Amino acid sequence: MKILTGNDLKTGAVVWWDGVSWSLHVEDAIDAGDQAETVLAREQATRRVNAAYAIDAARDAQGVRPAHIKERIRALGPTVRADLTLKPADPEAGNWVI
Amino acid sequence: MYKYDSYDQQLVDTRVAEFRDQVRRRLEGHITEDQFKPLRLMNGLYLQLHAYMLRVAVPYGTLSSAQMRMLGDIADKYDRGYGHFTTRQNIQYNWIKLEEAPDILADLASVEMHAIQTSGNCIRNTTSDQYAGAAADEVVDPRPYAELIRQWSTFHPEFSFLPRKFKMAVIASDTDRAAMRLHDIGIQIVRNDTGELGAAFYVGGGMGRTPMIAPCINPFVPLDRMITYAEACLRVYNRHGRRDNKYKARIKILVHELGKEEYTRQVEAEFAHLLTQGVEPPLAELERIKAQFAEPPFEVGISDEVDRSDPDFALWLDTNCLPHKAPGYIAVTISLKPVGGIPGDASADQIRLMADLARDHSFDELRVTHAQNIVLPHVKKADLYALWQALDAAGLGTANLDRIGDIIACPGLDYCSLANARSIPVAQKISERLSPRSEEIGELKLKISGCINACGHHHAGHIGILGVDRKGVENYQLLLGGCEGADTSLGTITGPGFDEDGIVDAVDRATSVYLANKQGAERFLDTYRRIGMAPFKEAIYG
Repeated sequence: MKILTGNDLKTGAVVWWDGVSWSLHVEDAIDAGDQAETVLAREQATRRVNAAYAIDAARDAQGVRPAHIKERIRALGPTVRADLTLKPADPEAGNWVI
Repeated sequence: MYKYDSYDQQLVDTRVAEFRDQVRRRLEGHITEDQFKPLRLMNGLYLQLHAYMLRVAVPYGTLSSAQMRMLGDIADKYDRGYGHFTTRQNIQYNWIKLEEAPDILADLASVEMHAIQTSGNCIRNTTSDQYAGAAADEVVDPRPYAELIRQWSTFHPEFSFLPRKFKMAVIASDTDRAAMRLHDIGIQIVRNDTGELGAAFYVGGGMGRTPMIAPCINPFVPLDRMITYAEACLRVYNRHGRRDNKYKARIKILVHELGKEEYTRQVEAEFAHLLTQGVEPPLAELERIKAQFAEPPFEVGISDEVDRSDPDFALWLDTNCLPHKAPGYIAVTISLKPVGGIPGDASADQIRLMADLARDHSFDELRVTHAQNIVLPHVKKADLYALWQALDAAGLGTANLDRIGDIIACPGLDYCSLANARSIPVAQKISERLSPRSEEIGELKLKISGCINACGHHHAGHIGILGVDRKGVENYQLLLGGCEGADTSLGTITGPGFDEDGIVDAVDRATSVYLANKQGAERFLDTYRRIGMAPFKEAIYG
């Protein structure tokens, strides 16, 4: 599947296209299919997202998983600071990245 | 320390106001990201993996207590309670909001700091010896010359859009503590046979994907012509440096392709021309700067003795402290490399504590080192035990300077959008595995980069590690034999790469080969140079 990601313009936070808006959580991402370029152009023009692009991902039992480790780190947060990730209370969260 | 004059302050304040307007226009949609990106980068604001990242300049690594305290306050107020000290003696914040960036720059300007020229194809922050003004072996304090270069290079209209970024270092001792020969221009202040000071110019060094050691192109440029000579070096580069290929755009490629002799010939011709143009700052300006780096009022007749009865303190004293030129004083390196910690990171509380300790014990001065540690340059030996106790209580008392746990590591794939592999977890695992043998292993400089750009200086590590992306999987190459000192050398790749656990095992085996073969007081590097790569390869790859 193709999912869309970028950064919030004001805060820089990593965000994912959920079909309506931009979510902080990759599990909300939807398959943009052949609409990726259209959505990216529209959303960046209205500044609802910044520096956005499409990436490969797959849906498995745990939800949406970006294909590349870099995007999985973006989705979770730094593997060396669990307290700064989106799942600070989950000691196993880092395993999802590797 | 250098204090801003009204020109410096107005320049920085004006830039803050300009950037505040640029951010407003971006947020309101008057300019696109393509238009805004070069503007934010000119103010050190990158967009990294998780958020905006702000890189703050620390000229030649020198900070006052007030500046250091502000860095801690910014970490709390605008970031997530910590900062990361870098190999260019700067500090980076990883979780910056664009809408708050102008306020941060205003806070920085209030303590005579900024983020100008910490990005872009311009002359970056000039680095220097972290022990400048304290080291017994320097011919002169190199910082006034680095400050003169800062003033010359700031907003230099001719050098704001160079073919590629440009890094300079200035030292003033034969013991190179600033990796001087791995810079675009390295300058060593030297004294000639008649006692006159001059600048030896080394041009065309660098790391990255094509590491090169800078050759000396002029062993003695009189100091009243130093800026003119630097200008000539830059002009020739700006004229002929390649702009068609970013991977061949650094000055090291130009010097290599022209050859040292031809590049030098062109520099000398340009230098002769520039001497007729009067570009050299007046000597009075250098004297004005020098006066601000006056030696602190060291006490005389004080004790040179230190009570070594606490063994943990004695180990730290022997490992982390450098003899000082003033009797009764010592230069202290505060390790930002606790066992298993993140190299170069410091919490806001730790940063403020170091600021307070500098105020109370080091004439208000701190230095950031290119090895991502902090130095208190002028500590009275009588204060040393109390100082160490305060550091140790805050997790800053690790005794591992230049040991295997004192690892340089770039932010890597945990933070950096350019990285191919994570650096920090590898550093943490090596530190945890081998720090218990730290004293047995002795001096060993280990450096890790998460990509070929080599921000972690892996080419110059006695042991270097380079993270690469192999079909989407992190892989780590091992290098041996690099060195950044006066006897600069580049590391050699041992062979095929390893996964994360494999690279830790490989480092472990390499240190075992060293310990089995060392003679006398040999360091790891000495043994490697004597016995060569073969025994290490055999042990590592079987």
